[in-house]
Amino acid sequence: MDHDRYDDAHIRAILREVKTVAMVGASPNNVRPSFFVLKYLLSKGYDVIPVNPGQAGREIGGVPAVASLAAIDRPVDMVDIFRNSQAAGGVVDEALALDPLPKVIWMQLGVRNEEAAARAEQRGVTVVMNRCPKIEYARLCGEIGWAGVSSGVVSSRKPTMAAGMQRFGLGKKTD
Amino acid sequence: MSESKPGFSTLSVHAGSAPDPATGARATPIYQTTSFAFEDADQAAALFGLQAFGNIYTRITNPTTAVLEARVAALEGGTAAVAVASGHAAQLGVFHTLMQSGDEFIASTKLYGGSINQFNHSFKSFGWNVRWADCDDIAAVEAAVTPKTKAIFIESLANPGGVVTDIAAIAAVAKKAGIPLIVDNTMATPYLCRPFEHGADIVVHSLTKFMGGHGNSMGGIIVDGGTFDWSASDKYPMLSQPRPEYQGMTIHETFGNFGFAIACRVLGLRDLGAAISPFNSFLLLTGIETLPLRMEKHCANAQKVAEYLKGHPKVEWVRFAGLPDDKYHALQKRYMPKGAGAVFTFGLKGGYEAGVKLVGAVNLFSHVANIGDTRSLIIHPASTTHRQLTDAQREAAGAGSQVVRLSIGIEDVEDIIADLDAALAEIG
Repeated sequence: MDHDRYDDAHIRAILREVKTVAMVGASPNNVRPSFFVLKYLLSKGYDVIPVNPGQAGREIGGVPAVASLAAIDRPVDMVDIFRNSQAAGGVVDEALALDPLPKVIWMQLGVRNEEAAARAEQRGVTVVMNRCPKIEYARLCGEIGWAGVSSGVVSSRKPTMAAGMQRFGLGKKTD
Repeated sequence: MSESKPGFSTLSVHAGSAPDPATGARATPIYQTTSFAFEDADQAAALFGLQAFGNIYTRITNPTTAVLEARVAALEGGTAAVAVASGHAAQLGVFHTLMQSGDEFIASTKLYGGSINQFNHSFKSFGWNVRWADCDDIAAVEAAVTPKTKAIFIESLANPGGVVTDIAAIAAVAKKAGIPLIVDNTMATPYLCRPFEHGADIVVHSLTKFMGGHGNSMGGIIVDGGTFDWSASDKYPMLSQPRPEYQGMTIHETFGNFGFAIACRVLGLRDLGAAISPFNSFLLLTGIETLPLRMEKHCANAQKVAEYLKGHPKVEWVRFAGLPDDKYHALQKRYMPKGAGAVFTFGLKGGYEAGVKLVGAVNLFSHVANIGDTRSLIIHPASTTHRQLTDAQREAAGAGSQVVRLSIGIEDVEDIIADLDAALAEIG
């Protein structure tokens, strides 16, 4: 897998398939990037579980946090890692100890751990590194353009509206 | 759609736009509204806190303007852009984000006169101190760097034309100093030159000129190259430090490679207020769809007109980088191989009187102060824009008595040349 560039179709397929996301390193501080991403993914209908040992039992963004991936009471589709590149290795190993395995391990912008990625890919887990799921979702659904950001997507298809005000979605798999 | 990268002409037509999600309107609608309704208090809070993408108030974002921003960002190869009321407002927005009172920046001595005024006077009242440097002399630029220098500002193709800047050489000076290079790309447009490919970090435009191209709308834009590491030093607190405007949020950390554009928007445009009208954004967008076609014609026409003037007995000299013996021809071939632009100056042997007579004798050319219009434009700076200066000041500004400036339009070139030919015959 080439981790220097990902096709839009690959990222779109991941974001459509995934439903439950464990966010390791989620912060309760509402101006931290991890809090932004957590709130955004919740608003897009994902079941997000904040993982932060210091916050276990408290709520982050209105959702109960847990101390570790092992403490999650339901299958996790994707583990999103908000830790530095070195620490990400240990988080990947914890994710690979889950049963069932997550389908996707996603490392945030600036986070890359090639060895850990190789371990996960050997087990059949899809790995995305050095990307943000909020930015990727907003880019692919078109919302990011509202901030004057170039999405890199050129298409004459109509964006998919979601319920509520000013909300786009990724649409169905046939789109 | 395959995942190959679309070409420049495709991006000119499509980038940033899609059928309107509510109505299917295929042209980008003019969202002529001040404000946008909130779904509920939670969504409003997420928007105000920058946690969600969306529109609040047209002073900060607008869906018509956003298409213009995303399109210009794509054409320049940048990450994001912020459209504002004029090119001057774009420059104000950039420096507001970079500078604190007492800071310095380096600017090329060969700039649009309006920029020289803005830097010399208005910016000084904010305590932003310009240091002028001749950008033909790279050592002089490097010598102007001090610990207070926050940026270098150049034009890729300098107004009134003919001067091509060695962007990569200046970018190397900026990189060594740990400061961003800002390039005004108004005269070249991204069709001729993409400064990010040569090491620039920020691009600004007056969209009023060739980008809009029809001389009907004011507008400016700031493009973020996404290349500069704002957190590498504490020189840029707007980007690298927690901001009291947003409860302690740190903009570069939060928005990454489009953080500069976000800072210009939410710390600059929000508070300085120089917002562009959505109607102007619409007209500028419509113009940009034909940018490649127009620029090709502008440049081809200008080349022929410059060659014609060069051979005219009443013309002493022509400053146009597209002429093989021009001082800047090698740089033009390197940085803008598709053309040398369409604005240039020439000198009349008959001096001041001949210049005044020429602008009075033309018929097709319009006597105006603008450039980058579909129409061919002419001005004699010594009798108009530079009238108040002394002879010595006019010479220094490249606006001596004999100087005439042209902005060549997209009419039939035979008609443009015939008009000049008839007018030159009249001036005696």
